Amino acid sequence: MTWDVALILGIDGLANGAVYLLAGLGLVLIFSVTRVVFVPFGDVAAFAALTLAAFETNRLPPTIGLVLTLAVLALLTEVGSLIRRGEHRQIPKALLLWGVLPAVPCLLAWLAARAGVPASLQIAATVLLVVPIAPLLARVVYQPIADASVLVLLIVSLALHFLLSGLGLLFFGPEGSRTAPLASGSLALGDGFTVSGQVMLMVASAIVLSGLFFLVFERTVAGKALRATAVNRVGARLVGIRPARTAMLAYGSASLLAGLIGVLIAPVTTMYYDSGFIIGLKAFVAAIIGGLVSYPMTAIGAIAVGLVESFASFWSGALKDVIVFSLLIPVLMLRSFLTPHADEDEEEVDQ
Amino acid sequence: MSAVQPPVQSVVPDTTTVGGENKMNRISRFRLLIALLVAAIALAPLVLGNFSVSLLNDIGIGTLVALGLVLLTGVGGATSFGQAAFVGIAAYSTAWLTTAHGMSPWIGLAFALALTGLSALAIGMLTLRLGGHFLPLSTIAWGLSIAMLFGNVDALGRHTGLSNIPALSIGSFSLADARSMYYLIWFIVGLAFLFSYNLMASRPGRAIRSLRGGSILLASVGADAYKVRLSLFVLAAILAGLAGWLYAHMNRFVSPAPFDVRASIEYLLMAVAGGLGQLAGAVVGAALVLVAKNALQDVLPLLTQRAGQLEAITFAALFILLLHFARGGLMGFLRRITKGRLQAPQSADKLGEPAAPLAHRELPKRGTQILSVQGVVKRFGGLVAVNDVSFDVNAGEIVGLIGPNGAGKSTMFNLLTCTLTMSSGKVRFLDRDIAGMPQREVARLGLARTFQHVKLRPHMSLLDNVALGAHSRTRSGMLKAGLRLDREEERQILQEAKRQLDRIGLGDRAHELAGSLPLGTQRILEIARALAADPVLLVLDEPAAGLRRKEKMALGDLLRKLREEGVTILIVEHDMDFVMKLVDRLVVMNFGSKLVEGVPAAVRADERVQAAYLGSVA
Repeated sequence: MTWDVALILGIDGLANGAVYLLAGLGLVLIFSVTRVVFVPFGDVAAFAALTLAAFETNRLPPTIGLVLTLAVLALLTEVGSLIRRGEHRQIPKALLLWGVLPAVPCLLAWLAARAGVPASLQIAATVLLVVPIAPLLARVVYQPIADASVLVLLIVSLALHFLLSGLGLLFFGPEGSRTAPLASGSLALGDGFTVSGQVMLMVASAIVLSGLFFLVFERTVAGKALRATAVNRVGARLVGIRPARTAMLAYGSASLLAGLIGVLIAPVTTMYYDSGFIIGLKAFVAAIIGGLVSYPMTAIGAIAVGLVESFASFWSGALKDVIVFSLLIPVLMLRSFLTPHADEDEEEVDQ
Repeated sequence: MSAVQPPVQSVVPDTTTVGGENKMNRISRFRLLIALLVAAIALAPLVLGNFSVSLLNDIGIGTLVALGLVLLTGVGGATSFGQAAFVGIAAYSTAWLTTAHGMSPWIGLAFALALTGLSALAIGMLTLRLGGHFLPLSTIAWGLSIAMLFGNVDALGRHTGLSNIPALSIGSFSLADARSMYYLIWFIVGLAFLFSYNLMASRPGRAIRSLRGGSILLASVGADAYKVRLSLFVLAAILAGLAGWLYAHMNRFVSPAPFDVRASIEYLLMAVAGGLGQLAGAVVGAALVLVAKNALQDVLPLLTQRAGQLEAITFAALFILLLHFARGGLMGFLRRITKGRLQAPQSADKLGEPAAPLAHRELPKRGTQILSVQGVVKRFGGLVAVNDVSFDVNAGEIVGLIGPNGAGKSTMFNLLTCTLTMSSGKVRFLDRDIAGMPQREVARLGLARTFQHVKLRPHMSLLDNVALGAHSRTRSGMLKAGLRLDREEERQILQEAKRQLDRIGLGDRAHELAGSLPLGTQRILEIARALAADPVLLVLDEPAAGLRRKEKMALGDLLRKLREEGVTILIVEHDMDFVMKLVDRLVVMNFGSKLVEGVPAAVRADERVQAAYLGSVA
């Protein structure tokens, strides 16, 4: 391996790492607030990529149908639980929140899906369109069992991933697509070596977004509420934070991140309806390096995973995923070795 | 670690509320049920068509994997998302051996099981110490990696897989036909169930069923939770391996797809759908899932052209609904509506004919020093919880450790039992330095303890809970237990447990569930469990808390009787009246240091003690 190759692989790894970083932030955000390991995260990203591809070919994105279906389910769940609790007066509000609100991005997407609409608007419409997905799923699937153990939630997450990838196949079909690059041009780094604009855009977005993330968490009340819920659910409740609402905020933000990932990754990789799973899992490896709680460690982990993947693919393209996932085991061992976990309390809970 | 939450009932059922005559009824009813089931399975191929027979074959194979998951996840509390990978390892190893090297499938069986077992051992040793949700996450990682490996190794045919795997034959009798395969599969399923059932009602079975109670509980009876979990993990993998071997020689073809994470989830779905709380959940769940899958494959094409896609969606949706509304699975549901009438009874008189009592330890001569604490210090960061404490305990006496709240009694207690490691100092027990020793080793030396926050297995009977205490005195392992070669020792254990229950006055409630006892009585039950270990030194953490006056008096009498029999007791207690009347000597701690040591009357009169408890006069 020469220096040139190493440099190319390194840049490639950074671009991968940028994607895993954003995904990892979303995963950690959801896990710390709700204890849900949100496996379908990658699916949402894939849906965003396919939505953008649909816009580019002047088709109406099938995602609209998906979001509306989920909205109907969420509405039914919400109204059902309101009726069961006898709170009939809340129904109009529920209609607005779970029925009308998710329909807004659908309307925007419908308007954007015609020839002549600038690409930037279509990108915005794409990202907005996938934002409701995670919160709607959460309302239907996770909220009714919010008190279940982490493992039940994990199993549900996996099942939900298979459900979503089935839906993806149904709505988007088996064909893969790739979109036009968002940034053209490239940067020459001497000696005929160039970095494409798209890669720079990816890395820059990751830096800017994680910076924003940090600011929101440290400086805003909503961010502090999220952190409080993550630290202690009961305590957060006692000071007037509603866990269900913070959870929705977390899901919404994660969905937004997934949308951005989809848009960023679509020009560099051919995306299929089920491509998200592997992206999500690699982001997981990163998130687990951060113990599913630490954002800075997740960022470091994401970059490490990206680099390992890129160098592994040079060594053996077919086995690169095997290598990345096998990496998880030593990481987990190290983690559990370093943190003497208080598992005893947890163990009794499940009876 | 918590796991899927079925309303876990005991896997080995208990004869909880049922009286004697009723019990006989239940036994015959249960035997009848089993006999009917076996007859139905034996006769099924005679009346069913080819399609149904091969569906039943698939169900049998699924049952084996699901049974492993019921044991591992339902009973042991460790979730695996990688079980299909073990099926794959076995299927590929026998396929490779029989096609590339032309060996007999029976050698393939040995090879497949050995390889599956060794892989499980290696993976388990790497991952089973992981806490909380990290363990199941790691199972996704290796589950994915192994399945991907199958598709990328040239010798294993990459994504095309291996074909032309020979059919099984016994002598010259070929099992190529689905009907003859059927009998082999269900014979193996039957054996697997028998093995698992025997295992659950045995010494290693009790340890497995206690895994969810935490590793400290197991260590307190001298068992190693990690080893128990590891052997359970290997057992589950071997069951999956059996399934893989059968799969390879039934389909005569293997490819990577049936062994990926999706397949693992489907096996988990079987176990959850059937009910993780009962062994029978495995077969019920496998049948439920595979029949439903077939029905969907029949029905969906009539409704839509996109049947294949809808199948996956419907399946995932059903799984989610199941976890929402029926986490106990079908067996859990059946159990509720039949109220346990159709349940396997505990064999009527498990205690059976009298067996030789378990060997007793030679207790040290009265008055010899057995425990010596010298200058023990424990720091938590900057906080010194125990500061330079020294005292001795001699054989045959009752020593009380008292002190106001926050005096460091509980920390001292945890240091003595080696639940915590001390920062400095020495503890000698029976002339051995036990500082830094693992807790279970100390337990094996003869130091038995109870817990301030009771650690009993609420869904196990009183008898089983106490029998767990005898773990370190006995030896039978999983293999012996599963093959029922442990019966003599098992009778010894149960009779010992019964004797200890009689000793604390709960003998007539031996078959009730521990969870149904009031808290105070549960504490007493913990003493019986500690006594079943035949201890030299009994260390009790607030045993009188939650007891009524009469119960306290009975407890005092029991402890005095034990002292007469030569058992030494160290007791941490809050109830002054109770302690003063009971103990020979007292050690008083305050703010982490030893304040006074002496006989009760002297301690009571000591001004420093009065000041510590009541505040000083000045």
